[in-house]
Amino acid sequence: MKEENNEKLLLQGLARNDKKAVETIYRLNYSMVQSLIINNNGSADDAKDIFQEAMIVLYEKARSGTFELNCLIKTYVYSVARRLWLKKLQQASRFGGDISVAENTVPVEEDVEDHHRRDSEFGMMEKAMDGLGEPCRSLLEAFYLKKQNMQEIASAFGYTNAENAKTQKYKCLVRLKKVFFTHYKNGTGNE
Amino acid sequence: MNESNDLSMLEVVERYIRGEMGSEERVHFENLRKTNGEIDQLVVEHTLFLQQLGRFGDRQEFQASLSEVHAELSGNGAIHADHLAGKAKVIYMWNRYKRVTAIAASIAVIVAVSTSSLFNRIVPAANEHKLQELTAVVDKVKEDADIIKVKQDNIEKKITGDVAASPTKPDIIAHFKGTGFLIDGKGLMITNAHVVKQSKNIFVQNNKGQNFKAIVLQLDVTRDVAIIKIDDENFRSPGVLPYGISRNTSPIAESIFTLGFPRSEIVYGEGYLSARTGYNGDTLSCQISVDANPGNSGGPVFNTNGEVIGILSSKEEATEGAVFAVQSKYIYQAVDQLRKNAIYDKVKLSSRSLISGMDKVQQVKKLEDYIYMVKADYYKPESK
Repeated sequence: MKEENNEKLLLQGLARNDKKAVETIYRLNYSMVQSLIINNNGSADDAKDIFQEAMIVLYEKARSGTFELNCLIKTYVYSVARRLWLKKLQQASRFGGDISVAENTVPVEEDVEDHHRRDSEFGMMEKAMDGLGEPCRSLLEAFYLKKQNMQEIASAFGYTNAENAKTQKYKCLVRLKKVFFTHYKNGTGNE
Repeated sequence: MNESNDLSMLEVVERYIRGEMGSEERVHFENLRKTNGEIDQLVVEHTLFLQQLGRFGDRQEFQASLSEVHAELSGNGAIHADHLAGKAKVIYMWNRYKRVTAIAASIAVIVAVSTSSLFNRIVPAANEHKLQELTAVVDKVKEDADIIKVKQDNIEKKITGDVAASPTKPDIIAHFKGTGFLIDGKGLMITNAHVVKQSKNIFVQNNKGQNFKAIVLQLDVTRDVAIIKIDDENFRSPGVLPYGISRNTSPIAESIFTLGFPRSEIVYGEGYLSARTGYNGDTLSCQISVDANPGNSGGPVFNTNGEVIGILSSKEEATEGAVFAVQSKYIYQAVDQLRKNAIYDKVKLSSRSLISGMDKVQQVKKLEDYIYMVKADYYKPESK
């Protein structure tokens, strides 16, 4: 019972990107995933990549609000890592079979699919951002990602007043949207 | 005008989505939204977009804290990442590559079998037509000139006296001319198989005009790599090789240069690696863009560090500037084969270049002494 509560708290912390929670989950699960990857034709670098990707899946899941934990975090992370690695091996066609299972697993195929879809959308956003150039990119990041207010931004970017900075920000936003939706429509249209 | 309208509309929509409107304004806007489909569409689209943008930002933040946590935990020893050393590393490397090796080997067999039958059955005519091996086939007139040139050279040498008393005279009629380069200090050389495969007598000539007799140790016609050895008592080693031989496939667009003997003097050429594969996707070779002429065959292709990345072998006749080179890793394979012979089991190649960082003029100066013109006769077994 106590462990269950602990796990719930950890997940809530994770959803808020709380440093302590991230660290605890990281520490408790890393070696397990690392041995999984290394025992199945992977390197230490692969292990790090796969583990962090599994952490991202858990994070997205935790913050979606619909996540009901019906297994231990450990089991979930292991299952996702295993699924991710299997996919990677198949893509690299290094490998056609199954990989050994040392821990309990739960079905996570759908979560991993969701994750890959989300990832490709973020990829489009990143591409669109990269294509903007400066100062647009930094301006939008400051406002929408770092959540700074227009007053701060105006002085940091050297605009005479917040109103000017705002106009510039909207101009940049229009460009970003245009590029993003072009990718977005193409991306989903082709699939 | 239109643009500034769009911008202020976007601002209004965003204030609405972010919940920054007063109640009166809000009611007014919601009415507007109901009656105007375009505005409604904009609200839906922008909501989606802002959500996406926000989640993108959160994801970036989360990834940043993952890296941070990883660095911390592996720093204080709570997790043991990056600490795979010694045996463990070897084992996982083996685990990782044993399947690949098996698969690669079986593919290699299939490819070798299928391509060799293809080449025999269909390709030869078309292939010869399009792909020109860059061996100079010496015609009658040039052949005479060549002999005369060699004689002249010998006379000059006698006069200047900078050559050993009786330099080996090439008593052959050079039919094929190519280029070769040393791979160790003891006279082992690499050239193309097509330069020497039809010959019985081979001479190599250095940049000073000295000729040495050479013998073929190994021919790999498929990969077009030959190892020859200078077998001449007058040969003096020019010293430790200044260049290494690269084990890796080079990246596209890397600058390269070549040295070779399209004429009786060494000629420098400059270009870049244009594709990782060769003619018709041939994975044994790569495509480079450089001026090459008959006689360049077998010559080394260097990158800017002074490492050999390939052996210049052929060019496509129909396309300007498409020259192909055998990838340098096959030099290693050829030498591995050679080492099975007990006499040569000590042969070792170096991948380290001693001239990296020098400017090109200096590099070429160092390299010249290690590159030779290869002259080979044409031997018809049935005619004698």
